[in-house]
Amino acid sequence: MINGISINYYLLLSTVLFIIGAVGVMARRNSIIIFMCVELMLNAVNLLLVSFSTLHNDATGQVFVFFIMAVAAAEVAVGLAILSMIYRNLKTIDTDILSNLKH
Amino acid sequence: MIKLIPLVPLFPLLGFLVNGFFGKKLSKSLSGSIASIAVLASFIISVLAFIELNGSTNKSNVIDVFSWINAGDLKIPFQFLYDNLSSLFLLIITGIGFLIHVYSTGYMHDDEGFSRFFTYLNLFVFFMLLLVLGNNYLITFVGWEGVGLCSYLLIGFWFKNTAYNNAAKKAFIMNRIGDLGFLLGIFLIYITFGSITYTDIFDKAGSVPTSTITAIALLLFVGAMGKSAQLPLYTWLPDAMAGPTPVSALIHAATMVTAGIFMVVRSNIFYSISDVASETVAIVGGITALFAACIGLLQNDIKKILAYSTVSQLGLMFLGLGVGAYSSAVFHVTTHAFFKALLFLGAGSVIHAMGGEQDIRKMGGLKGKIKITFLTMFIATIAISGLPPFSGFFSKDELLAHVYEHSKALWLVGMLTSILTAFYMFRMLYLTFYGKFRGTHEQEHHLHESPPSMTFPLIILAILSALGGLLGLPEFLHLPNWMHHQIGEVIIMKGKSLITLSHEVELILMCLAVAAAAASIFFAYNLYLKNKVLPVANESELKSWQRLIYNKFYVDEIYEALIRKPIDAVSDVLYKYVDVAIIDGVVNGVGSAVKGVGSVVRLAQNGNIGFYIISMIMGIVFIVLFTLLYR
Repeated sequence: MINGISINYYLLLSTVLFIIGAVGVMARRNSIIIFMCVELMLNAVNLLLVSFSTLHNDATGQVFVFFIMAVAAAEVAVGLAILSMIYRNLKTIDTDILSNLKH
Repeated sequence: MIKLIPLVPLFPLLGFLVNGFFGKKLSKSLSGSIASIAVLASFIISVLAFIELNGSTNKSNVIDVFSWINAGDLKIPFQFLYDNLSSLFLLIITGIGFLIHVYSTGYMHDDEGFSRFFTYLNLFVFFMLLLVLGNNYLITFVGWEGVGLCSYLLIGFWFKNTAYNNAAKKAFIMNRIGDLGFLLGIFLIYITFGSITYTDIFDKAGSVPTSTITAIALLLFVGAMGKSAQLPLYTWLPDAMAGPTPVSALIHAATMVTAGIFMVVRSNIFYSISDVASETVAIVGGITALFAACIGLLQNDIKKILAYSTVSQLGLMFLGLGVGAYSSAVFHVTTHAFFKALLFLGAGSVIHAMGGEQDIRKMGGLKGKIKITFLTMFIATIAISGLPPFSGFFSKDELLAHVYEHSKALWLVGMLTSILTAFYMFRMLYLTFYGKFRGTHEQEHHLHESPPSMTFPLIILAILSALGGLLGLPEFLHLPNWMHHQIGEVIIMKGKSLITLSHEVELILMCLAVAAAAASIFFAYNLYLKNKVLPVANESELKSWQRLIYNKFYVDEIYEALIRKPIDAVSDVLYKYVDVAIIDGVVNGVGSAVKGVGSVVRLAQNGNIGFYIISMIMGIVFIVLFTLLYR
């Protein structure tokens, strides 16, 4: 129990968030949205870590989350930079059109 | 000095390395001198060691060089055995080797492969010394293979000529057949005795079943057949004349081809124990002697005559070995080395004077033009024909006396061989040096005596051929037979090697041999000098028996039909049905299977990021489910 709410609800929320993220990554074609969905998955996991950390009264999980957030911020900066370069060169960020990896 | 024996093979090895690596940068005279001096140094040490050996009572010196092979139970030290037999062979190899090196500096002077020639020649001397010095069969085998290699390299020395290359290959392959027998013999010795060291096994040979000894002796003899050109493996030797003439003299007359005889004498205990093996040796030797002498009768190439004569003389030596006359055979090896090396070098001098011509039908009347060559070759011809008091008389006669005691039929074969030998040698001499010159006008103008570097070895060898008989004077005349005492030391079972014939019989045999040789020479004189008969140029003018001999009994053709053709046919079938159908089919099948799978799997890599991500997630889900369910 965390603040009177059962751990199951936290688990449910984080699973739902993760699946929304995963489906978004799979289904959408706009690179920025895919990017945001990846973040959503990442944060679903973060939520899970924080929940269990509080449940077990162990701060290690929360420290871990801080690290993940810091690294994710850096990753976002790099990822967005790549996207903006792709957009500048190709005038699109649609993943179906970005199929040059084939060759 | 005996302690310095390892230096004897070392000097030619150094000469080989220097000439091999820097030969092209050295001047011709320097390159030739290095090679000759290397062999001369070995000769000097051999002589000094020989004197010491004869002065000391210890007749069998084992010299440890280094520990060679140490693998579990198999221990093969690198040891040299210096006894009466190897000391004598050292003298022959380095002594005659040196003379031939000197000769070669003159003979090969205008050849572009000058330093290469001396590189090979030094390497040959090194391996030959290894062969005779080794104290176990393996070192002997290394030397055995090494001289085979050098023989191959030197026969094909003028490698731009395809026929010469084929001759080289033929020599190599024929020798390989013999080597296989030798190798199997060594294996059998190791299995039987647990050692291959000479000084260990010979004492134990008496306690081994005779059938095993027979098998060992016969296998070793197969090796000797290949190396010493006996029936049925002799065909390479006449073809080996493709090499430069000094090579024929050194390798294919004086030293390498006697390796088989050396090996049989070294292993004499096996042949003394096994009557079957010694009988085989005698019969093969006798047949070879007669067979090759017959072919020699009608050859027209001066070197081919000498080559068949070598095969024939080697056959005589094996005939001697087979009846237990080891010391006589070694004696004949020694005198043969003198006069046959001289004959070859003389032939080389003739060829040199004739500007490369080797056909005796186009020579004639050279007696006055090249006097030294003529005189020295004359001595050698008398020596090989067995007329006293030259060296060949003593050695051949001693040998034939042994054979007579053992078997009259084989003696007859030996006798017939020496009669034929006297005939074809004098035929060669008359056609080459007497009568009128039959070559072109240009050749006649070109005729000249060889330079001193070539005539010097001729003169030395002529002296040796004339006086070599002193090494083994007939014992029944109460003269000291040095050779018999010398080689007697290495013969383990002495029973067979003694002559028990009465002196009268021996004397009669001797006179008979001389009379027969003289008659044969007279016949040749009548035919070729008095009646001026020339060998016909056209094969079709020959009678049918002559044509048979002229074509060397068609042995090469028979081998071609019996061995090469069937092997070719089998390979053809194997190629068509095994190689192409099965092996190529499997290899190509694997290739096309991979290609087919690839063309399907390739579709997955379509460049669509969404697809990649879905596959990735599906993969993760699959792995997670799998680990959860089948943990």
